Amino acid sequence: MRTARRSESSDASTQLATRPAENMPAEPAVALTRHWRTPIMFGVFGLLALVVFGLLPDGGRESTFGLSLRDDVIQLAPITVPSKLAAILLGVVCLGIAAYAAWQTYLGRRVPLWLSITFGVAFVLAFLTWAVAGSEISLTSALQGTLALSVPLIFGALCGMMGERTGVINIAIEGQLLAGAFLSGVVASLVGSLWVGLIAAPIAGLAVAWVLAVFTVFTVRYFVNQIIVGVVLNVLVIGVTNFLYSSLLSPQKETWNSPGRFPRLEIPVLSEMPVIGPVLFHQTIIVYIMYVVVVLAHIALFRTRWGLRVRAVGEHPEAADTAGIRVNSVRFRNVLLGGALAGLGGSYFTLGAVGLFSSEMTAGAGFIALAAMIMGRWTPIGAVFAALLFGFANNLQSVLGIIGSPIPSEFMLMAPYLLTIFAVAGLVGRIRPPAFNGQPYIKS
Amino acid sequence: MSENSTSELTVGQRFFRELTTGGTALTLLSIVLAMLIGAVLIVVADSDVQETAAYFFSRPSDTLLAIWESASSAYAAMFAGSVIDFDAPSFGESLIPLADTLTYATPLIAAGLAVALAFRAGLLNIGAQGQILIGATLAGLVGFGMDLPAVVHLLFAVLAGFIGGAIWGGIAGFIKAKTGAHEVIVTIMLNHIAALLLAYLLTTQLFRREGQAAPISPFVADSATLPTFFEDSRLNLGLFVALLGAVYSWWLLSRSTMGFRFKAVGHNPHAATTAGISVARSYTAVMFIGGGLAGIAGASQVLGTEGYLSTSIAGELGFDAITVALLGRSSPIGTVAASLLFGALRAGAVTMQAQTGTPIDIVLVVQSLIVLFIAAPPLVRAVFRLKVRAASPMAAEVGGKAA
Repeated sequence: MRTARRSESSDASTQLATRPAENMPAEPAVALTRHWRTPIMFGVFGLLALVVFGLLPDGGRESTFGLSLRDDVIQLAPITVPSKLAAILLGVVCLGIAAYAAWQTYLGRRVPLWLSITFGVAFVLAFLTWAVAGSEISLTSALQGTLALSVPLIFGALCGMMGERTGVINIAIEGQLLAGAFLSGVVASLVGSLWVGLIAAPIAGLAVAWVLAVFTVFTVRYFVNQIIVGVVLNVLVIGVTNFLYSSLLSPQKETWNSPGRFPRLEIPVLSEMPVIGPVLFHQTIIVYIMYVVVVLAHIALFRTRWGLRVRAVGEHPEAADTAGIRVNSVRFRNVLLGGALAGLGGSYFTLGAVGLFSSEMTAGAGFIALAAMIMGRWTPIGAVFAALLFGFANNLQSVLGIIGSPIPSEFMLMAPYLLTIFAVAGLVGRIRPPAFNGQPYIKS
Repeated sequence: MSENSTSELTVGQRFFRELTTGGTALTLLSIVLAMLIGAVLIVVADSDVQETAAYFFSRPSDTLLAIWESASSAYAAMFAGSVIDFDAPSFGESLIPLADTLTYATPLIAAGLAVALAFRAGLLNIGAQGQILIGATLAGLVGFGMDLPAVVHLLFAVLAGFIGGAIWGGIAGFIKAKTGAHEVIVTIMLNHIAALLLAYLLTTQLFRREGQAAPISPFVADSATLPTFFEDSRLNLGLFVALLGAVYSWWLLSRSTMGFRFKAVGHNPHAATTAGISVARSYTAVMFIGGGLAGIAGASQVLGTEGYLSTSIAGELGFDAITVALLGRSSPIGTVAASLLFGALRAGAVTMQAQTGTPIDIVLVVQSLIVLFIAAPPLVRAVFRLKVRAASPMAAEVGGKAA
């Protein structure tokens, strides 16, 4: 095992030099190997957009996008575009981006993240124009739904990131979200204060994370596999919450399960911006906390000494140890921090969205969060965009369900999972996890 | 001489050694500890206990009695529901709980083997759930969609189940082998894709039962149904198919060249490569075979126990399979034994829920605690002041890089 680890780490350290992280804008030192997968995938999807969404459908229909909600201050007229022409144009834009990506790759540069995001937006718009042809959807409410579904994903992805940046894989995000949702609901009901419930949520996530951390960081001598503990913890949390739900929360709903919801707070001025104003700045306190947490996480990871240490532990624990960083306590603390974040995210289910706890209400969000973290290449900003994309796909299937979707809703829901497989298989961009992800560190 | 010393031990000596120093003592203690914590949960949630606890300091005996009553009746119901029901009118009927246990154990054996085989090759197959679903889908399709003679139909349907699971597992193995993508991520994603795929298929003409609003398939044809043994029990031939799978896995791991390669790759992929073993091919092969076994679990559900396809055909089998394989130390015999235990827990919990109102989810708690304790030798050792060596070596081999 030792030798295996060594050689893998040397692979990883050569990759490090070519890494496209946003804090390394300089030209990569080693750029002799060109990776054509990203431009090729862009090309394939761009062609798909052009042909399937643009050229194949009948012309003469129009797609209408509503931009304002009824009670918005500034009312914008809905945009109506000819479906076929707009989809063709967007398909051409996609192919243009593919060509630019190919040119960059030819020059030996990496395809930047913003280009991938632009491509994603253009592709999604082409898809929407095609799917909405002949009817109307409200873009604002679609975006609202997207954000609502993304909030727990973003918290969950940050949780996974905190662990994996130090080299601990956290498969138990789902369990931590569920524990946060459960305890925040129960405590808020018992105490009668939503704020106390909100404080309880990170504690629940922390408790689950503590078990994970104890098992995976400090008992490394016993070779407990991080993933196994994570999987088992998920089942344990599902079991305990289901059990208590059927024996306490459900029969004695008034005492145990009636927390209520946080009101939506309107931020003056900002919430009056057209389209995105009501989406971003007419939200519950949990969403505002999320904005702060994302920004803080980004700054902390990439601009502070703490972040450098965290990343060092994940990339090369031996070097970090030599430099005087206590590897296992950094890992331990970060797993706990991640757990607290996921717990907080879990409270969004009960205190932000639904207003009461129901059994297994996270419904796999923890795993989509994991996917979002991977798609976002282990960066907070990337994870936010990936989570928004997944939330959008999830929300869209219900929106399109109303107007009659050309694609079965199940396939829309599959999108995040398929994309993640493409991503980890290296078909969409190149994804490199922290080099020592998932490997225990034993001080020698 | 010293090399032979272990084989010179008598069976009794070896058993004793295994029991005291090896995994068995730890396993048993983990089970006891998990059941005790389960009892605490049962007691806390019991309404009698809550009522008597209100006046605990004036009459503590009431509370203690209620605690004992609540925990013991729950576990007694669990025993009656899983092993022997002494209140049954006849001897034959008193054994029905045992048949129920075997029924629940059947898919666990097959799916547990899928996870155990992958463990031995150093892969974590979290994807048994998806493999069961796709296996069940194909087996079901052959079962209700085709018209074949009696025996051929059944064989063909079971084979379809194997192939379905094998393809789904093989995809994960292939992606791992070709691109190095972490199998845990790929299999988790494939689980969700399989569930959504089945949900979609059940809305199509081909799979939909006529005149049914709910997304369920037609019943499997009689010629493709796994025959049952007793009138009052759903126990069926699937048990023997699963046991056959266990025997095959044992043969594969301890008697075949391919199994030797799997184990070599699991121990040290670099050494295996040096020795001329193709790691990529072993990964694909072991996930293909393992997926096929999970597919058989799906087939036994749809062709035997359930009789038709629905979105809940796999239940939580995929995750139970992981715990079963861990508890069984990823050996075929251990997996069978662990499946019997978890089958008994399931069967017993159904009766327990009916008799004492204890939610069935207590099984999930007990199962996951058992595995956690097994994963934590120091903890169990501390609680029972026991001397056991560091257990779960397999978990160590299944390391590897993530994502």
